[in-house]
Amino acid sequence: MKHLISAGDLSRDEALLILDTAEELARVSERSIKKLPTLRGRTVVNLFFEDSTRTRISFEAAAKRLSADVINFSAKGSSVSKGESLKDTALTLEAMGADAVVIRHGASGAPHRLANWVRGSVLNAGDGTHEHPTQALLDAFSMRQRLGRLEGLKVAIVGDVLHSRVARSNVLLLSTLGAEVTLVAPPTLLPVSVERWPCQVSYDLDAVLPKADVVMMLRVQLERMNAAYFPSAREYSRRYGLDRDRFAKLHDDAIVMHPGPMNRGMEISAEVADSPRSTIVEQVGNGVTVRMAALYLLIGGENQ
Amino acid sequence: MTHAQNQVARAVLEGPDIHRALTRIAHEILERTRGASDVVLLGIPTRGATLAHRLAERVAQFEGVKVPVGSIDITMYRDDLRLGPARPLGKTDVPAGGIDGRTVVLVDDVLFSGRTVRAALDALGDIGRPKAVQLATLVDRGHRELPIRADYVGKNLPTAKSEKVKVLLSEIDGRDAVELLKGADR
Repeated sequence: MKHLISAGDLSRDEALLILDTAEELARVSERSIKKLPTLRGRTVVNLFFEDSTRTRISFEAAAKRLSADVINFSAKGSSVSKGESLKDTALTLEAMGADAVVIRHGASGAPHRLANWVRGSVLNAGDGTHEHPTQALLDAFSMRQRLGRLEGLKVAIVGDVLHSRVARSNVLLLSTLGAEVTLVAPPTLLPVSVERWPCQVSYDLDAVLPKADVVMMLRVQLERMNAAYFPSAREYSRRYGLDRDRFAKLHDDAIVMHPGPMNRGMEISAEVADSPRSTIVEQVGNGVTVRMAALYLLIGGENQ
Repeated sequence: MTHAQNQVARAVLEGPDIHRALTRIAHEILERTRGASDVVLLGIPTRGATLAHRLAERVAQFEGVKVPVGSIDITMYRDDLRLGPARPLGKTDVPAGGIDGRTVVLVDDVLFSGRTVRAALDALGDIGRPKAVQLATLVDRGHRELPIRADYVGKNLPTAKSEKVKVLLSEIDGRDAVELLKGADR
């Protein structure tokens, strides 16, 4: 592994290696000294062209726990706002000797381009509506932690699949790991090519819920919607929101996930989000350990 | 002669020898720590962890003392991580009572350069502050590169640097043995 750009690039063994490594690293977060010397002297650059709190902080915490030096770069207030191109920004980072570049960008494919311009490893922290592989890894990690397995698990991913990089990465990773994914969304919020994805598709949430072991609610990404994808927020919520009544249809061991940030009352009701069967808070903690594992496996050794 | 034939394995210790060596080490630990009342045994994965469990069984058998036993992975503390691809991690399992104020006996299968033990000492420092740290090893093969020595040694085994020492344990490998593999003559 040199880069982590798409969840689809990971083989089953590589994905399991990341999850197993994360499981060992999770113990570090329980210690009083939450730091390992492993990446001492290495530099990790967080290159964020889009707003993000949890992902940037999560990568920063992960790199710092491994003793790497972290440089945070956000497009706002940088030379990007003066018109600098991605390539020139990349060359600047290259000159600073970045061992890993964590990039979030509004354009799908930006991390892929970047990987051709820098010598270090590139980690995709979300590119446009394309992919967000570390989110998928932490979701898989959280599922395995709660339910003990991934093989044969029935996972429903519900909501705005069209604009969701989380959904695409999850479908690719979970199918590699042997889980059965069903996407549930109104037809307008499904991508055109969805029939080629390794998953099932349904328009009817109520039919899918009783069989699901995991329900992953996606955020309705109003900021990416410049057309009318559904008549009103209220109608969307009625048909595709996870409220108390729908929650009751789940079997007793099923869990509810959300990649955050949530629109409470829209895709998920506050009551469901705060229930003990929701993993939303532990997903954040797991994010740090999974990202530590990814950074360690990518730049901890010599990649020759 | 082919390379494969050069790698002839010679058994240096057989099952009963290993059994006797561990029994002696367990007695020595009891003697040197005055009954092992504050001892924690921490094995370095993979085989050191197995040996730590065997030592704990013996200590319990001889004096009825239940010594906390666990394992400590040192991968993230190695000084040679950059010399190869990233290694998978071993298991770290620190007993519930922790190591603060206790005598930690580190257990490894082979003591060679001493670099593993150096890494283990760093790892211990991040987990707590033991009263003392001791080292037990099944085989000491020499060629130290750091000022480190073992407190308990199963067998001192003079080796050439090109040779390899392989420890086999029944829990992992199906049988007990220590084998010396001749390195290729160059």
